[in-house]
Amino acid sequence: MIVVRFAGYGGQGLLTAGLILADAAAVFDKKKVIQTQSYGAEARGGASRSDVIISDEDIVFPKPDHLDILVAMNQLSVDKYSASLADGGTLIADATFVTMVTFPDFYSIPFTKIARERLGREIVANVVALGALVELKGVVSKKAAAGALEQRIPQAALDVNRKALEEGFKAAREAASAREKAVADYDIV
Amino acid sequence: MVLMQGNEAITRGALDAGVRFFAGYPITPSTEIAEIMSVELPKVGGKFLQMEDEIGSLAAVIGASLTGLKAMTATSGPGFSLMQENLGYAYMTEVPCLVVNVMRGGPSTGLPTHPSQGDVMQARWGTHGDHPAIVLAPSSVLDCYVLTVRAINLAERFRTPVILLPDEVVAHMREDVTLPEKVDVVDREAPHVPPEWYYPYDDSTTDVAPLAPFGTGFRFHVTGLTHDRAGFATTVPAEVDRAVRNLKRKMDRFRLEIIQVERVHLADAEVVVAAYGICARSAEAAVMQARAQGYRAGFVNMKTIWPFCFKLVERVAESAKAIIVPEMNLGQLVREFDRAVCGRTQVVPISRVDGEAITPRQILDVIAELARPGGTA
Repeated sequence: MIVVRFAGYGGQGLLTAGLILADAAAVFDKKKVIQTQSYGAEARGGASRSDVIISDEDIVFPKPDHLDILVAMNQLSVDKYSASLADGGTLIADATFVTMVTFPDFYSIPFTKIARERLGREIVANVVALGALVELKGVVSKKAAAGALEQRIPQAALDVNRKALEEGFKAAREAASAREKAVADYDIV
Repeated sequence: MVLMQGNEAITRGALDAGVRFFAGYPITPSTEIAEIMSVELPKVGGKFLQMEDEIGSLAAVIGASLTGLKAMTATSGPGFSLMQENLGYAYMTEVPCLVVNVMRGGPSTGLPTHPSQGDVMQARWGTHGDHPAIVLAPSSVLDCYVLTVRAINLAERFRTPVILLPDEVVAHMREDVTLPEKVDVVDREAPHVPPEWYYPYDDSTTDVAPLAPFGTGFRFHVTGLTHDRAGFATTVPAEVDRAVRNLKRKMDRFRLEIIQVERVHLADAEVVVAAYGICARSAEAAVMQARAQGYRAGFVNMKTIWPFCFKLVERVAESAKAIIVPEMNLGQLVREFDRAVCGRTQVVPISRVDGEAITPRQILDVIAELARPGGTA
């Protein structure tokens, strides 16, 4: 069983990211899945999150008591939910807004900056983050993620979202190799 | 297999059960139901109406149902409060309809986006006067589908409003689900007599008085006033008595058919957790963990909240050392347990009203404490 949380401000597309991940796992990877969400009464702003539990067996209780992966799209989410990460868990943070991480195993990637500068649409930062999550942690197959994206995103926005997913894969590969290099350098020193 | 949200499953159930009319006023956390119905109903020749408020919504539903359509609305706490007036009207006039109340935190506007189970007593006694109530509580996305079909069937069969009472967690969560390919659908009984012989409240030859669709030649009067079998207002004591008692009688006679509870590990259970809605999922997880740790625990998932499963609870009271009742309120259905148990065993409520679901851990801790020799909670 693996528990993923997308967290940030309302309007950052966290529910959509959770939905695509859940769809990828359930419909394409044939796993047992539960997706839940928590958000404020505001249409934009306020704290928002989406949790996805992926399992090979039936999931009885839908609310997770710990997280394996936290995708944090703002500083508040890092501060609030890092403590819920299990030992061996991973924090993936949007470096555009997150300046300080408090968890040992983390990746810091500027999802929103990538969406804004390379794709011209800040709104697809969620899908960039989803791509990075899939590349780094393999919680679903890339094929499943792409398939679910086709299903859930309206036709008119599909192209930029496809590119966003690819940018997420790419950014994650870069972050992973940068981290490997940093670890290697540290060993030498 | 698909990934589906609870609210979405409710709409699928409603459409498959034959609902062709929806009137409502959107409110979190039930809005998806209205949204989806507004898209799907026109495709099957149905009608969707967004009304000015919840009072008008249920009024429109009652009107539509009287023309012979299967009709429903969906709301949440504040809207459900407004619907109480017309809910009473529907009970009194015996008009089949489905009211979905997705429970959020209250009182008043409360917690729009967070779960609660605070409307359990309102669903039973929210409208004034003596009336029966059928209230169903789903605890999974599949339940949302199955119990919606069941709610509409019960409404049509017993000529009564039925309330589906999911909490926000169940309504908003998405699960992988395989819906049944075919469901049994019940249609209301049509009159067996020509129009000139028809009495809309005459159940002397059938389980429930047949309801004729308006506009088909059967002229009859519909009023919230206590009425005789022809539907006209009456204050004759014998007719009033019959009218009020009949509402209850038709439900009492068929209560075994209406009450649906899932029972797990009750045979040897020392401690029984009885729950509904999302708390039934917490209970199941807690009981599975408890049994793995050697505790003799069992659980009951009450898919029908009202009528209450008195007989079952009486039986459990004979054998179990304690009954735990977790609820996301300050203790509503637990009162019925007290009434059924009458001090024969311990009834232990677990309450939570902070907008979060009761966790399996919370329940497990109480099971462990109660199972300890001499343990009380």
